[in-house]
Amino acid sequence: MLQKKNLWWVLAIAVFAMYPIVVTNPLFTTIAVFTTIYMACATSWNMFSGYSGYIALGSAVFYGSGAYTMALLSLHLHMAAGSDMFWLVPVGGLVAMVFAVPFGWIALRVRRHTFVVITIAVFFIFQLSAINFGFTGGTSGLALPFITWGYQNFNTPFYYVGLSLVVFATALSAAVRRSRFGLQLLAIRDDEDRAMGLGVKVSAVKITGFTLSAFTVGAAGALYAMFVGQIYPQFVFDPMFDVSIALMTFLGGLGTLTGPLLGALVLEASQQYLTVTFSNSSLYLILFGALFLIVIMFMPQGVVVYLRDRVTRRAEREREAVAANDLATADAVAPLDVAVGGAH
Amino acid sequence: MNSIALLSAAKDGILTGSIYALMATGLTLIFGVMDIINLAQGILVILGAYLSYALQVHWHIDLFVGLLITIPTMFIVGIVIERLFMSRLKGPEKTAMSLLVTYAVSLLIEGSLNMIFSVNDVQLQGWYVPKAFAIGQIHFGYVYVAGFILAGVLLSALYFMLYRTRFGVSVRASLADQTSAALVGIDVRRVSTITFGIGVAVTAAGGMIYGATNSFNASSSYDLISRLLTIIVLGGMGSLGGAMVAGVSMVFIGDMVGVIWSPVWSSMSYFVVLVIVLLLRPQGLFGKQLTRAA
Amino acid sequence: MDVLLSATGVTKSFGGLQALAECHLDVERGSVTGLIGPNGSGKTTLFNVITGYVKPDAGTVTFDGRDITNARPDAVFSLGVGRTFQLTRIFARISVLENMLIATQHDESWLRGLLRSKSSKVEVDNAMELLEFVGIARLAHLQAGALSYGQRKLLELAYVLVANPDVILLDEPAGGVNLTLINGIKEKIRALNKSGKTFLIVEHNMEFVMSLCDRVTVMHQGTNLVTGTPAEVRANPLVLDAYLGGDDDDDLTEAVAGA
Repeated sequence: MLQKKNLWWVLAIAVFAMYPIVVTNPLFTTIAVFTTIYMACATSWNMFSGYSGYIALGSAVFYGSGAYTMALLSLHLHMAAGSDMFWLVPVGGLVAMVFAVPFGWIALRVRRHTFVVITIAVFFIFQLSAINFGFTGGTSGLALPFITWGYQNFNTPFYYVGLSLVVFATALSAAVRRSRFGLQLLAIRDDEDRAMGLGVKVSAVKITGFTLSAFTVGAAGALYAMFVGQIYPQFVFDPMFDVSIALMTFLGGLGTLTGPLLGALVLEASQQYLTVTFSNSSLYLILFGALFLIVIMFMPQGVVVYLRDRVTRRAEREREAVAANDLATADAVAPLDVAVGGAH
Repeated sequence: MNSIALLSAAKDGILTGSIYALMATGLTLIFGVMDIINLAQGILVILGAYLSYALQVHWHIDLFVGLLITIPTMFIVGIVIERLFMSRLKGPEKTAMSLLVTYAVSLLIEGSLNMIFSVNDVQLQGWYVPKAFAIGQIHFGYVYVAGFILAGVLLSALYFMLYRTRFGVSVRASLADQTSAALVGIDVRRVSTITFGIGVAVTAAGGMIYGATNSFNASSSYDLISRLLTIIVLGGMGSLGGAMVAGVSMVFIGDMVGVIWSPVWSSMSYFVVLVIVLLLRPQGLFGKQLTRAA
Repeated sequence: MDVLLSATGVTKSFGGLQALAECHLDVERGSVTGLIGPNGSGKTTLFNVITGYVKPDAGTVTFDGRDITNARPDAVFSLGVGRTFQLTRIFARISVLENMLIATQHDESWLRGLLRSKSSKVEVDNAMELLEFVGIARLAHLQAGALSYGQRKLLELAYVLVANPDVILLDEPAGGVNLTLINGIKEKIRALNKSGKTFLIVEHNMEFVMSLCDRVTVMHQGTNLVTGTPAEVRANPLVLDAYLGGDDDDDLTEAVAGA
């Protein structure tokens, strides 16, 4: 069972790794780069918000910090335009983590509902700072060292770095889900006060989760900056960013491992394609909003959970029938079990 | 520093703040009764402004007279949104889902407004819009004063409704505890629907004043909703009095920062104030104390 | 008397409501102590103060000679004070076994928790043993949200036991469950008490309290009214007055008078 599951992952990675070799059209490889960026971000977002139930709408803070880290460092260190700049991708992630600690410390002092709003407020603080401070270049943004490697394969290195981020984020998310720390996040989602009463250090756990999730988002922001070569505050600190990754995660399945990957793959790829094909952004807003509503209203659990439930419903039913039988048999033996069975 | 400029900023802060207080009251009322954070409140304000705009441009209806049409219209819009989407939200992730659903609704409205009215900025017109009277050296724009009075009247009406009517008792009971309200026979569903309608209806008045004092397009809603959210969190989510106090004081502080320091930092001051207050008082100024054990 | 857990002069008011007024309570090591009183007399608030969920306005709480006033719930639990809630609280969207594992890491640093897998074999075995003990082992892999009310009570008791606390505070263990299960729970408490666990129990079911407890403290209007053996408490006229004065609890009045 486990073997088969691992096989699927290997197969998926192989297919993704083959993609730029098979598809050489720059339009489609560009779309692929953006798609990997969003797959990594959605997975990372889910690792905190999906597991802990604290829906954050301020991850653009991390994305933007990563992007500005890439831009400012590459400019101030006078880096040669080229693959050396990829070293700044993880640096962008680390800077995002540095911002995440005080951000989390402030925002996570309050409960879920207020948390959402504070993340939005902190997001606006960062956006306005980027617009208003001098060193960020204000609204005219920053131009990064101009990368000139071959036109035909320009996207390929970015794609593989993006894909590595996806693999990293997924592996981290899976590791967290299997760790004790991940279990604590889930416990916080289900009943934070009770978890505290069972010895879970909820503040430390929440801030750790929040900070961990910042890394990949910051790194992805750095990659984005390097890829597009010019950043503007309104694009790297974009309110749509958070809503997009939240929608991707909800579409795929909040709190699942494959959900955000699948959601981002489908949504970002089609969104990029639509933006290229339709230039009407208003129509796009309407389509996006409508899709969003349909997903939330009809599949609030997400596609992954929806499909899994459908597939396993029969098996579940059979298993429950067996369990009920067990209980019924046990009733006759132990007096306490009678009570357990009878307490339904 | 010019003291006239300061006084003038203080006056603007209080007059404009009252309108924000009105819009934020709608938002916090909806949250308090329904556990729903209505991210569409910003775009609904803009929708209200565009309704006034359409009435004015096509039928030459005065902005204030137009409110007789736009307020009931927005009330119905609110009811429709509640019936179609909000009433279906249930379960432990209700509030999180409400964020996403109302955001989706606001994208739908934003896209539609862009298609109907284009993305070019407009401003509402009326003979009184550019006019002002002066007390000493302080100038009072007619629209700002009218907005202040309008906000006062509508907030008083809201309070009268909440504290002097049978329906108000049901709303306040639901604010305190939905489950208990349902247990004593209050039709929480109906209360929720009407509350959502009322919470949205106030955007018609807010939008009209906003549109007469600012040029706007559909994307102005982002700035609006971020301010309104900040106000209700600062005041304490679900607290009506908190929304009023926070609404007036936030706009006041923003305007003062704009005059004393630079207009560039005026919107930033909102969020900084919020963060500072929450460090000292995580539940907001008038929020209910967090109780840990149920 | 060897006092394991004690509250001294604990006072707490919520707004204008005085929930606890100079309340004293001693729990002897190895005892099963009952805490009874009319509704609203402050029993659950006292639980919340002891376990760190509510900060008292005045007074101290000590556990095993150590001052735990104002300690946070996770710290109190780590020291060895476990509790259940009046309305059972389980983690509904994870499995029963995973519920059991949450309490196992209470003595670890959070950083270690990050690096460790969620359970070792020893912990799983221990968890299963406890589930077996309360009688719900066969449900270990079900989602906890699927359990019935009675099963939830048992799960809550079991996952508190995982961390091997010295004293266990039970808030209405017999509330809302049927008679057979009540007797089952009583057996479990007796067995655990025999193995050295101390209990403090809030309960309205007088038969339950009187048959199980070594000592009983009666609370009234936020303070301790009478403390003694079940027989002494039953005979004390003050207790009857307290219940009769508390207008909303006819059942209890009968229960005290009749028991």
